Amino acid sequence: MSVLISLLIGLIFGCGLIVSGMSDPAKVLAFLDLAGDWDPSLALVMAGAIAVGLLAFRIAGQRQTSLRGKPLQMPTARQIDRRLLAGSALFGIGWGLAGICPGPALVLLGTGAAKGFVFVLAMLAGMAIFTASERLSRARQAQSDPGK
Amino acid sequence: MITIDWLHFTPASAFAGGLLVGLAAALLILLEGRIAGISGIVGGLLQPLRTGDIAWRLAFALGLVAAPVLYQALAEMPQSRIDTGWATLVVAGLLVGFGSRLGSGCTSGHGVCGLSRLSPRSLVATIVFMTAGFVTVFAGRHLFA
Repeated sequence: MSVLISLLIGLIFGCGLIVSGMSDPAKVLAFLDLAGDWDPSLALVMAGAIAVGLLAFRIAGQRQTSLRGKPLQMPTARQIDRRLLAGSALFGIGWGLAGICPGPALVLLGTGAAKGFVFVLAMLAGMAIFTASERLSRARQAQSDPGK
Repeated sequence: MITIDWLHFTPASAFAGGLLVGLAAALLILLEGRIAGISGIVGGLLQPLRTGDIAWRLAFALGLVAAPVLYQALAEMPQSRIDTGWATLVVAGLLVGFGSRLGSGCTSGHGVCGLSRLSPRSLVATIVFMTAGFVTVFAGRHLFA
């Protein structure tokens, strides 16, 4: 059941990205180009999404479980550290280079665009490099601190 | 001075699409108890914590990939143009993948869900990646063009 629900929600999310214009990298770059002919449309995507999101997370915050009785897996991290800042900065630079973030990347893959395919491959490689580097640093830590 | 490109400004469809994105995020947290952060959902596929954790992630990602196929069958797809060259595209993809995992989120996880949760951490992340995006486009189009 969760699989079917997740698939449908992914479809809704993707259709939202298409309707909004987020799946058009040229439009995203026009939004990020404050000094050029600025297209402010994408600010309204955020506004629409957050309007619904505020309500949903307010409801979720008052509950112990989801409507289907599942645990609410809310993020627990609170600290604003170097990882958050550096990661967000790198992500923003990548976003500014191509006008594509992870959701629209998957939508572009589905349009059959060769460039969408290449972007998704590079994105997955970037994620895999992150996972590998995390494993490596954990292994090093365990080696230098065998007591733990 | 900012000049607005009124010709390409599409407030109604942008807002309507945003409502749909918000609806998807709302359904995922209220039904499945999960945050709709695409980088986290996809990244989790490469870093499975336990066995039951893969199927829903794959299904969600598949839904995103299938969205344009479904959309095309029902309506005319809006145009989407990728002007970025191949080499830059690869660098951009690597940065988006690595950066969003290091920073624990992207436009959806921090930008939509985090801001909706009123999370200070996500607000900082969103300000940082938006600023980085603005600066990158400025550098590419106006500084070194």
